[in-house]
Amino acid sequence: MRKIATLLLSAGLVAVSTQAVSGPKEDLEKFRTYFEQKFPGLQLDEFGNGVYALDANKRIQWEAMEEFPPYEEFVDKGREIWEKPFKNGKSFADCFGKDPSKVRVKYPRWDAERQQVVTLELAINDCRKKNGEKPFKWKKGPIAWLSAYLGYEARGQKINVVIPEDDPKALEAYEKGKHFYYAKRGQLNMACADCHIKYPGHFVRGQLLSPALGQVTHFPVFRAKWEKKSKNGDGLGTLHRRYGGCNKQVRARPFPAQSEQYRNLEFFHQYMSNGLAINAPGYRE
Amino acid sequence: MTSNNHRFSGLAGSLLLAAGLVITAQASAAEDPLSAGKKIAFDRKKGNCLACHHIEGGTLAGNVAPPLVAMKHRFPDKAKLRAQIWDARTNNPRTIMPPFGPHQILSEKEIDLVTEFIYSL
Repeated sequence: MRKIATLLLSAGLVAVSTQAVSGPKEDLEKFRTYFEQKFPGLQLDEFGNGVYALDANKRIQWEAMEEFPPYEEFVDKGREIWEKPFKNGKSFADCFGKDPSKVRVKYPRWDAERQQVVTLELAINDCRKKNGEKPFKWKKGPIAWLSAYLGYEARGQKINVVIPEDDPKALEAYEKGKHFYYAKRGQLNMACADCHIKYPGHFVRGQLLSPALGQVTHFPVFRAKWEKKSKNGDGLGTLHRRYGGCNKQVRARPFPAQSEQYRNLEFFHQYMSNGLAINAPGYRE
Repeated sequence: MTSNNHRFSGLAGSLLLAAGLVITAQASAAEDPLSAGKKIAFDRKKGNCLACHHIEGGTLAGNVAPPLVAMKHRFPDKAKLRAQIWDARTNNPRTIMPPFGPHQILSEKEIDLVTEFIYSL
């Protein structure tokens, strides 16, 4: 038993160290080629539609939902939050610039000064704190509404995460995020990559697995599952809320939203969808 | 007083636990191994084999892994089938199949029962 564990451990270490030789650019190229070959003929932007790019029946139902989307009232609430001045008279525009359509594409970004990944949600709460306001809760509610509004305004623009390759700390954050995506975890011993790189397009019971490529474009997401759980029909949630749910599903203890682990994961995860059109917020089961 | 209470609740706990064990043992003794194994295999919180494998009699099976058919031909040695269920990583370190034994997702007894059921397919 101990022998098996040691063998597995050393196999893991070897895999990680060979991965570290290639940089983000090489990773991205390989990642793209892999998905192009796995789903021949599928246009790049179609990956942003997740399982609805793969299953015609699910697609019909989804398109019907997107005609009168249940997230619209929450996107409106997000706009109100964006427009409402803080008590000190300033507003989000003082932190992010006047044009709300130009915010989403700047995140997540590497902050060289703070030596950490800054996500859109982190920047939103930084802005609130800087202006003497109480930070929002991380996973749902106002932060998801505002993030959804900024995503909605940015629809059609392409994800463009920049990883400064001359900053070893930035590369380290990227590598940590990548390792997170490929690492086995939880009692069920599953990696994000198991379902979303190895087996997208397959079914787990009735659930169709989405490809890793394009997973981030529609976040914050409006999920029917979350809508049912909420009292006011608010099914919106942030990317880190979803990460927590995924981790729980493999029976791993989730990390807190906006923890270093999830921010690094997001850095890798969003970078892998560079060049895909933002279509946030999206409706999902 | 407090320590007495603790001792009492500890004692009561053990009695309850013992009673529970007897009931569980009786229940599984009454059920034949095949249907007990099937129940565990189909239970989403237990084996949840249907998440990935097609199994006759199950609905909404996933298709991540091979359908479980002709098992006696694929695993003439029942012990090898049990070993595969216990820890599929021995044959494939990167397998998506959960390590039911080492991670104690199922008890040894439950793995025995699931093995009986799968072997019958």
